[in-house]
This record gives sequence, structure tokens and C-alpha cells, in this order.
Amino acid sequence: MIDVFLVILQVLVATAITPLLVGVMRQVRARMEGRVGAGLLQPYRDVRKLLAKEPLRADGSSIVLIAAPLVLLVSSLMVIALVPLVTTAYLPSIPNDLFVVVSLLLIGTVALALLGLDAGTAFGGMGSSRHMMIAALVEPTVLMSVYALSIPVGSSTLSRIVLARGADVTRVVTPAGLLAVVALVVVVLAETGRLPVDNPSTHLELTMIHEGMVLESAGRDLAWLELGSWLRLTALLGLVVNLALPWGLADTAQPLALLIAVAALCAKLLVAGGLIAAAEVFMAKVRLFRVPELLAGSFVLAFLAVTASYLAG
Amino acid sequence: MNPLRLLKLIARNGRFAEPAPPAPPEDPALHLPSSLRGSVQVRHVDTGSCNGCEIELGAAFGGVYDVERYGARLVASPRHADVLAVTGVVTHNMVEPLLRTVEATPQPRVVIAIGDCARDCGLFAGAYGVAGSVSDIVDVDITVPGCPPHPAAIVAALRQVTGR
Ligand code: SF4
Repeated sequence: MIDVFLVILQVLVATAITPLLVGVMRQVRARMEGRVGAGLLQPYRDVRKLLAKEPLRADGSSIVLIAAPLVLLVSSLMVIALVPLVTTAYLPSIPNDLFVVVSLLLIGTVALALLGLDAGTAFGGMGSSRHMMIAALVEPTVLMSVYALSIPVGSSTLSRIVLARGADVTRVVTPAGLLAVVALVVVVLAETGRLPVDNPSTHLELTMIHEGMVLESAGRDLAWLELGSWLRLTALLGLVVNLALPWGLADTAQPLALLIAVAALCAKLLVAGGLIAAAEVFMAKVRLFRVPELLAGSFVLAFLAVTASYLAG
Repeated sequence: MNPLRLLKLIARNGRFAEPAPPAPPEDPALHLPSSLRGSVQVRHVDTGSCNGCEIELGAAFGGVYDVERYGARLVASPRHADVLAVTGVVTHNMVEPLLRTVEATPQPRVVIAIGDCARDCGLFAGAYGVAGSVSDIVDVDITVPGCPPHPAAIVAALRQVTGR
């Protein structure tokens, strides 16, 4: 029972701060560009506005245009529920196993790709094919790098990995651990459509990946899509920061522990988000054909991490 | 560019957005939808402009006038848009695309005609390729006069919609 309460709390907290995370990232970028920025709360206003708009659907589009945003949102919410963000507790019936999380992410990815194809526009199809190419390169690396971290623990349950790393500081700064975290950061950037793989604020259809797929969605549909992909960012970034800094998570329902856990999550996420946004100012999008090289590089890092954990373990 | 040099440049220049002028008084005659307060996505439609208005529109969204601070953002699809910023006279070839773009924009939407051409055909009135001004083809909510209009005037028009 207490586990269910903790998981629900985690979903609520993570969902509430997700627009703030996006707002912080946009604000940091705007300030570094010499702008004023729209304010930290702008993403909340955007979502509220989108929810009030009539969802317009193109003639000839199918149920996918309505269903895909919901599938993406629900899969993201489930990932949020499973990944240890605020608490290391997990639902007794659904293990927060690495493989469950990766398959849930894949459900959202496929929903998005189908959405891009649905309206039959050229840019949607291009976005979908690029998205699938990146997904195919990203998923093995996510699996490999978390697997490297799971070897010393002897379990692929994410909560156990975070707990074991938190209990023993020497586990955090091992060569394998560092390699795996670097590999994870690269794939998280690719998976959530950040620079240098995709430009989240592009207006140029030919370079779009994520934007290209959602071009045909409006109103409420678009709100769910935005929220769904932001939640993925929170979940993946949260997983990385909690693997890199596995402290502060609550495993009991004591108010003080929960308060610390929520504060720790907010601090870790917002700082990590701010750093990513600041780094993005110095980066240009790489050519699409160079993306596989980048992701193959991160796969090699993850592979080395696995090898290192076997050798060290 | 060398990241260190870029960092120095950022530190030296700091913020170059102009200080925000006071919000323009609300015009009750405009009947702007209140659900767009605070967040407005703008789709730009060029129906036959000389590109003078585009330069000013670009400046309004650039770092100095920075209309994004009031909650307005350019988007790539009319489906995502709340505001259509139309520039230029409507040429015969652009009548259909303009009508379709307006139709593809979900309600509530606002159409802003930017520049003298969009308002009343300006310089190009009576030319053989011109089908009319924007208000001859679709309903226009706000017009921004000027050839080209000052970026501050475009910012003021968008602030009417965002209310910030
Ligand atoms: S109003 Fe002036 S600047 Fe704008 S499109 Fe017409 S001629 Fe060009």
C-alpha cells in the first residue's frame, strides 16, 4: 500500500515540475543569447492554452491522430512511475526493471512514428523514418549502459541499482560507472530530441525530427504530445542524475524523507537541465548522416563499460 | 567558433534586449480571445510581400525587440498556431494557400495583417498580379500600418493578443 502511495506521489511531483524543467532550459538558453526569455512558467501557459483550443484534424486522417498522443502520454507517465525519481519503492506487481522501462519508451516512440505517417505529409514521413533510425541506435546503448551498472549489483531492477550505488560511494566513481553515465547522457540527448541530434526550436522542416512528426497535430492532441515528450525528458534525465548521484531518494513514507527526496529531485533535475541548455548554446546540430557515428561512439562507451564491470567485478 | 571565445562574447555582451516598453492599453474594440492570454504561437504567411516586412518581423522576434518575452513564439505549422501574421499583398497564386492556411489554424485564431500592402495593397494597389489586400480574402483582426512597419509596432500588435 505504501509503495502505491509513494509511486503516485512520484508521478504527481514529476509531472508538476516537468514544465518548469522545460521552462528553465528555455530561459537559460534565452539569457545566454542575450534575450530576456519568456519566463520560467511559459510552458505551463502553453499547455493551458493548447488544452483550450479546438483540436483540428486533417481530412483523411485516422484514429491514430487521436490515439497516438494519448499512447505517448500514458507510456511516458508509466515510465515516470517506474523510474526511481523521488522514491526507490516500486509497485509490487510491475517490477521497475530496465527492460520494462526500455520497452515502455519504445511504445511511445512507435506511437510517435505512426502519428508522423498518419496524415501522409512528406515531412511527417521523413520525421518518422529519422526517429526510428535514432531509436534503433539509442535503445541498445540504453540497455548496455544500464546493464553495465547492473552487473556489480546483480539485478536489473533500477531501484536496486540506485540503492546499491547510493549505499557505497566507491561504486559511483568506477571507470565502468563513469563510462556508462557518459554513454547514457549522449543517448538521452538523442532520445529526447535535443541538440546536437535534433533542434527542439527549429522552424526548418527539412531538418526536423520530432517537430516533423507532430506538424499535423493541434489543440489538445498537441498538448498531450508536448507533455508526453517533456515527461520522457524528465524520466530519462531523472534516471541519469539518480544513477550519477544516487542520494536523497526516499524509501519510506516519512514526511521529512519525502520532502528531502522531492527537493533533491528538483535540484538535480533543474541543475542538469540548465547545464544541458547552457551546453547547447555552444553546439550546432550535426548532419543527419553523422548522427549514427555519434551514437555508435556512445555505444562503444557503453560496451567498454560492460567489459570494465566484468573485469573489475 | 571556439567555445571560450563564445563564452567571453556572451559575458561581455550580456543582455542586449531593449528594456520592455509599458504594455499597450487594451483595445476593447478588437474582441481578442481571452484563452490566448500569455501564450501565442505565430505562423507567418507571406502572400506576396517585397520582403521588407519580413525583415521587420524577423527583427521583432530577434534579440533586440525580443517579442518572445511576452509569450509569443514562431511555429512551423498553422496547426500549432494561434496567430497568422500575414505580410504583403495577396497575389492570385496565394489566394488559395492563404485560405487553406486560415482553415488549417484551429479556433480561436487571430489574423494580423502586417504592413501597408497587407492592409490596403499599399504600393502595389491596382497591379495586374494582385487579388486584393488580406481583408479582401479573409477576416482580419488587427492591422499594423507602415511600409515597412516598425518592429516595435509589430511587437505592440502581438502584445495586444498576449496581454503581457
Ligand atoms: S508594406 Fe512595404 S515593406 Fe511591407 S511588403 Fe509592402 S512594400 Fe514591402
